[in-house]
Order: sequence, then structure tokens, then C-alpha cells
Amino acid sequence: MNARRFGVVALPYAWLLLFFLVPFLIVLKISLAHEAVSIPPYTPLFDHGRLVVTGANYLFLLSDALYWRAYLGAIRYAAIATAVTLLLGYPLAYGIARAPARWRGVLLMLVILPFWTSFLIRVYAWIGLLKENGIVNHALLSLGLIDAPLRLINNDFSVILGLVYAYLPFMVLPLYAQLEKLDPALSDAAADLGARPARAFWQVTLPLSLPGIVAGVLLVFIPAVGEFVIPDLLGGPNTLMIGKILWDEFFTNRDWPVAASLAIAMLLLLALPMGLMRRFLRGVA
Amino acid sequence: MTRRLSPFLIAMMVIGFVFLYAPIASVVVYSFNSSRLVTVWAGFSFEWYGALFRNEAIGRAAFISFEVALIAATGALILGTLVAYALARYRRFAGRTLFAAMATAPLVMPEIITGLSLLLLFVALEQATGWPEGRGIVTIAIAHITLGVAFVAVIVEARLSSFNRALEEAALDLGAGPARVFFVITLPLIAPALAAGWLLAFTLSFDDLVIASFTAGPASTTLPMVIFSSVRLGVSPQINALATLILIAVAVLVGGANRLVRVR
Amino acid sequence: MVAGFETPDAGAIAIDGADMAGIPPYRRPVNIMFQSYALFPHMSVARNVGFGLRQERLTRDAIAARVDAMLDLVQMRGFASRRPGQLSGGERQRVALARALVKEPKLLLLDEPLTALDRKLREETRFELKRIHQRVGVTFLMVTHDQEEAMSMASRLAVMNDGRIEQIGTPEHVYENPANRFVAGFLGAINLFEGQVAGSDGGAVLVDTDAGRLVATHAPLGAGSKVAVAVRPEKLRLAPTPSSVNTLTGTMRGVAYRGEASTAEIELANGRLLRVTVANTGGALPAPGTSVFLSFAPDAARVLQS
Repeated sequence: MNARRFGVVALPYAWLLLFFLVPFLIVLKISLAHEAVSIPPYTPLFDHGRLVVTGANYLFLLSDALYWRAYLGAIRYAAIATAVTLLLGYPLAYGIARAPARWRGVLLMLVILPFWTSFLIRVYAWIGLLKENGIVNHALLSLGLIDAPLRLINNDFSVILGLVYAYLPFMVLPLYAQLEKLDPALSDAAADLGARPARAFWQVTLPLSLPGIVAGVLLVFIPAVGEFVIPDLLGGPNTLMIGKILWDEFFTNRDWPVAASLAIAMLLLLALPMGLMRRFLRGVA
Repeated sequence: MTRRLSPFLIAMMVIGFVFLYAPIASVVVYSFNSSRLVTVWAGFSFEWYGALFRNEAIGRAAFISFEVALIAATGALILGTLVAYALARYRRFAGRTLFAAMATAPLVMPEIITGLSLLLLFVALEQATGWPEGRGIVTIAIAHITLGVAFVAVIVEARLSSFNRALEEAALDLGAGPARVFFVITLPLIAPALAAGWLLAFTLSFDDLVIASFTAGPASTTLPMVIFSSVRLGVSPQINALATLILIAVAVLVGGANRLVRVR
Repeated sequence: MVAGFETPDAGAIAIDGADMAGIPPYRRPVNIMFQSYALFPHMSVARNVGFGLRQERLTRDAIAARVDAMLDLVQMRGFASRRPGQLSGGERQRVALARALVKEPKLLLLDEPLTALDRKLREETRFELKRIHQRVGVTFLMVTHDQEEAMSMASRLAVMNDGRIEQIGTPEHVYENPANRFVAGFLGAINLFEGQVAGSDGGAVLVDTDAGRLVATHAPLGAGSKVAVAVRPEKLRLAPTPSSVNTLTGTMRGVAYRGEASTAEIELANGRLLRVTVANTGGALPAPGTSVFLSFAPDAARVLQS
């Protein structure tokens, strides 16, 4: 019995230790090393048997306003995008949950389908729509609604739009799962007892869908904070997000220790929401 | 007699679905535009599809992506199923908490951190042991397996804990050994979840830009990497055509999978 | 429809003479006790009961006083701070009743209120509901699929079929004088003899059936019209010898003992099965296989027209 158990558990356990846990320890280690002109471009942790650790990378991050702004920028973009996603996704999820049963499967499928198509292409589609001589400006100009093209891309607006677009399904799915479980008789009961629709929603439906809201918010906020593709393609020179800075430090500046310490900083930021998320995932499963 | 959705909800649903599909539709429509300029409709044409098929860089990258995705999905399916089985059936074993945490964490881990950490691992490993020699298809596949395991595990575990355990117990009671029960009873029952998990792992791998960018070598540029570098330079009708083909493939695949699951 | 969640295709709904068409649920003087109880799981018992009063923007003290009074009425005073998830089925049912009554509606709708309870609790709750009904004086409109429940609880009872009311009246009246075959068969068991009117004879009609000529008290009917003579199982009498009218002969087939009474199944010569209920007041029933005579008084039978 125990031998079989061992057989089932050992292989995935070893895999996860080697390819998930150990890499983080290495990131931590490299974030404590110096940059070096060598291959790989950092100093070893042990030099002739002596432990060599430096906090220099973190001090550097703290001292340079760029990193602070990227850090806070990521939180700001992710927070706004999460709020917009919630406002857009909630009625969508509620509508699907209250639609006739034979429609629900199809509508839900329509929400999930974009998630299966290429993320990159979905972000890319907005470039064609939003750029100065793009489809939206072209349509507005030819309808005579505007005289000169609007600046729709490479700014905060396009980044948040891109984040909302990319992560909307992540908000709708947990909200739907929660709302679909709600007994419609509860809303009926509230109306029967004299609550107008808005009050019934506020006092009954909303509080009861709170677990779905929390799950959706976390599912959108966490990846949005670490997002790189969207700020890179839809953002402008002023779009500072930590994921993009990390990418640039690593690929452009080749400063691996600073990139590693940025990753650790991002993890610290996300530790709380990710911990919450894991509890939720366990609750769902 | 029937209850209707409020006009507000219907309006919000229409807005939501238009928002989800309008950008995709614009890509599809303009992939058939004979003009290079996105805004000017100059007539229907398959020109860009022709150009796409003659584009060797894209062809090579698509082949690499396909290869990686096949390996990654299959690897993730095997490991993910083992993880799910362990989590669903073994309530207690040494290090279970750490195991469960590691199995689900990649679900919520920003890709950029997963990618960076795996690259640093590969570099350190190569330094210490000489393996892997440089980076390429193998390292991307390993990274994608690690990502896919979490998704497969969640899907399969949900299925494993939802079906009636009495079915397995009945088979044991009728004299089938544990391994036989797994292959004859458990496996057929979780087959839809396995198919869904494999498809999801395949799609995630085929679609991934960030993790692949970190773990790829010079000779293993994947399709998303080619698309990304092309898109960075601006809108390209060839990419529109490629996007349309990917959309069609996904629609067929997901539609087929949906049917498959429903038949069961 | 009565509560306002659905719109009728035809007809009108009036409460106390006021037409309810177009009035939304939250403005109707109607409250519902839902089949699933629909208690708000995130609120305490007291907050559930007070929910309707809070919508009327009453003062906190007024709400608390009425909630307490209502919880006293349903004997749930000690449970005010519990959540619905911590209550048993019977307790939830009481809270749902209190929540629906606290607004003093003109009409209380009870949607199969007892189906979620087990049998013993269901019988206790019937009396409890009647007691509360008498105390509060609100009109109760109760929907049920349980005929026995309907008869034991209602002061007026309506039998509905396919969206139409087939008959309305006191339970005794509807049971004793069913208006048609549907009502007769729906409320309790009945033996039907199909036949043709042969003639009328001083306040009774004679009907030719496959079991012979039967006599039933009824106003005169035209000869030849197709009718059915309906006799409840408890109105049939088992006798060792034939009597003067309405005598049938058959063979005992089986007996189901039910405590206070037994139901016997008797096969007529033509193969038809009849049911007879006999009170268990002493004396054993004839053994299966014994030939017996059955009879009933003309005024115990009802004539149902097609």
C-alpha cells in the first residue's frame, strides 16, 4: 500500500521541488548577489567557502524612484482594471446565471472561448482598433463625430482597456459559479417582503455573491500586477509596470540580480492575495 | 407567464459580448483585406494567407510551438493526474501541505516570475551539472509542463472528488486489484477531465510568450515570440491572417471537445 | 401570480377588491412562505424576520418589538441570534412563517409549506399552523399536493387542474359532493360505475351499469344520458345477505389493514375490482375467496355527469 502511494506521489513531488521550489530559492539567492561581467552575469553565493551576500540590489531598488513608480503603477493599473472588470463582469455573470437554463451553457461558452484563443492576438487586436489611423478613429471621423483622430493608444486608457479585456473571463467565471448557486427564491423573498429591486440586490444578492467577487477580484488582480505584454504593446513611454521593468532589466540591461530582486519584490506584493487565492481554490475544489 | 431578464441586464450582456468579440471580429475581417493599411478596405483577398504560408520563419516557429505544446501537454497530463490522484485519494502523507501548495501555486503565479525563476534554474543547473546544454525545446517544454501540471491537477481533482467513490469500492469488492480498478473504472470516468486538461495545457503552451521568452534558446523561437516581435513593429496583415487561422483551430478544437464531453 | 412575480395570461387578481394588475411584488399586501423557505443565509433569525419591516423604514425599537412578538408566536424566541444554517428543518419553517407574517399581510401564501418536513413533524405542524392562523386572523392561501393535508387544514378548498379551478367549497362539501370525475378521483379513493340513466323515481335516478341497476338520490335526469355512479369506499357496506337496493355480489380478494380501518378489495362477477373501507370496530373480515354481498344507500351515492 505505502509503496504504491510512494510511486504515485514521488515523481510529481520531485518534479515540483526541482522545477518550482528550487527556482525560487535560486531567484532569492541571485537577488542577493552582485552583478558581474561573466557568464552567468552574477557573482557566486559562495566564494572560496565564504558566504557572499549583499543587499545592494534591494537598496538600489529602494533608492531609485523608477522602481517605486513601477511598483505603485502596477498596483494602480491592476486595481483600476480590476474594478472596471468587476463592474462590467458582474451584470454579465448575473445575466447568464438568470438566463433560461438552455441558454446558460452557450452564453458561458461564449465567455470562455476568448480565453482559449491566443492572449497575444487578443491584445494585438486592440492595436488595430485604437491606433491613430486605426478602425475606431476611422469610424468616428467618417461619422463626423470628431474632427481629428483621438489619441487612444499608448496611454493609461489603452493599458487599462487591454487589462480589462484580457481578464474579463477570469472575473465572470467565479461570479457566475457563485450566482448560479443562489436560490432565485431569495431575491423573490426580498421583493415579497417589500424590498425594491435595487435594495433587494444590495441587501441580499450582493452580500451572498461576495465569495465570487473576492475570487474574481483576486484572479484578475494577481496576473494584472505581473502583466508584461499589455503595457508593452498598448502602453506608452510613461506606462510603468513592474513586470515590464523586470523584463527590460533582464533582456535589455542584462542585470540579472536586479531582475531577481524585482521578482522577489513582486512576490512580496502578491504574497497576501496569492495566499487568499489558494484558500479559495481549495474551497472551490 | 415567463420571467424576463431586466432590460438593464440584457443591455449589459449585449455590451459585454460585443466587447469580447468585436476586436476578434475586426482581426478576422481585416485578414481578408487586400490593402496593407488596416483602416482602408480595398477589397477581399487571400493575399495575406498566401504570404503567411510562404513565410518560413513563421512556419518554423509554428512547428516548434506545436512540438513543445505536444510534449508539454502530455507531460502535464501524466504528472497532473498523479498530483490530482494523490490529493484526492491520499488524505495524509508526509509533506502533503507543501505538495498541494506547489501543485496549485503556478495557477496564480505571474508568468514573468515563473519564467525568470526557471531560466535561472536552468543556468545554475548547467553550471553545476552540464545539463541542460544550452536552452531549447526541452527547457521550454519543462517550463510548460510545470505550468500545465497545476491546471490539469485542478481539473482532474475536481472530477475525481465529484464522482461516486462507491464505484471504485464496488470494483474492489468484486475482486479487481487497485491498479486494475484505476484503469478499468477510474480512468474512463475521469476521461473528459483528462481531455479537457490536456487541451488546456496544450493551449497554454502554444499560446505562451513570457515563459518561453525566458527559457528559449536562439534556435528555438516559438510562434508567440515571432508574433510578438512582429507586432511590436506595428499591425501586420499577415498576423491578422495567422490570428484568423488560430481562431478557427481553437473554435473547432473547443467545439469538438465540448461535444466529446457531452456525449459522455 | 398572486404575489406578482408572474403575469397572468388572462383573468384578473383582486385582493380586498383592489385589482393587482401591474403592481410589483414589493408593493402587494401579500407575503409568501416559500417552499424552500428562502431564508437569507447571511442574516440572523431576527434580521430575517425584521427584513420586511426594515423596508418600511420603521424605527429600530418598533422593529425589535414586532420581531420579538412574532418569534414568541412561533415559539422561536431563544433562536433570535442564530443563522438559518444552524436551525433544523422545522425551526426554519417557523422562522419563514414569522418572516412572512410580521408585515401583517392581507394574504399569506404558503407554497407547499410542509413538504420539506418529515411525516411526524408534518402532522404536528398542521395543528400549529391552524393555531397560528386563528391567532393572527390573516387569510392563508396554501398550495399543496397532499389531499389529506388540504382537507385537514382548509376552511375552503379549491381543486385545481391544468390551471383551472374544478371545484371550490368546504372540504366536507367537496369530498361528499364532487362536481366531476376529476375532483372525485383526486380527493380520496372512489368506486365509479359507468352507465346510462334508465329513468327517475321520486328524488332518485335509476342507472343501468355493468354491475346491474343502481339507485342514487339525485334530481331527475333525462333517460339515456351517460352518467357515473360514484360511491366512496367507506359508504359501501359488506353484508352476508343481500339487501333491498343496490346490492352487488363479489369475492373477497385481499385486505389491507390500516389500524383504525381496513380496506378490502372485492372482485365483482364481471372482473371489476371495488374498494371497501371497514372500520375496525370488532369482528374479523371474511377470508379471501369468500363470496360477499355489497350494498350502499341511495343517498350515499353521487351521480356524476360527463
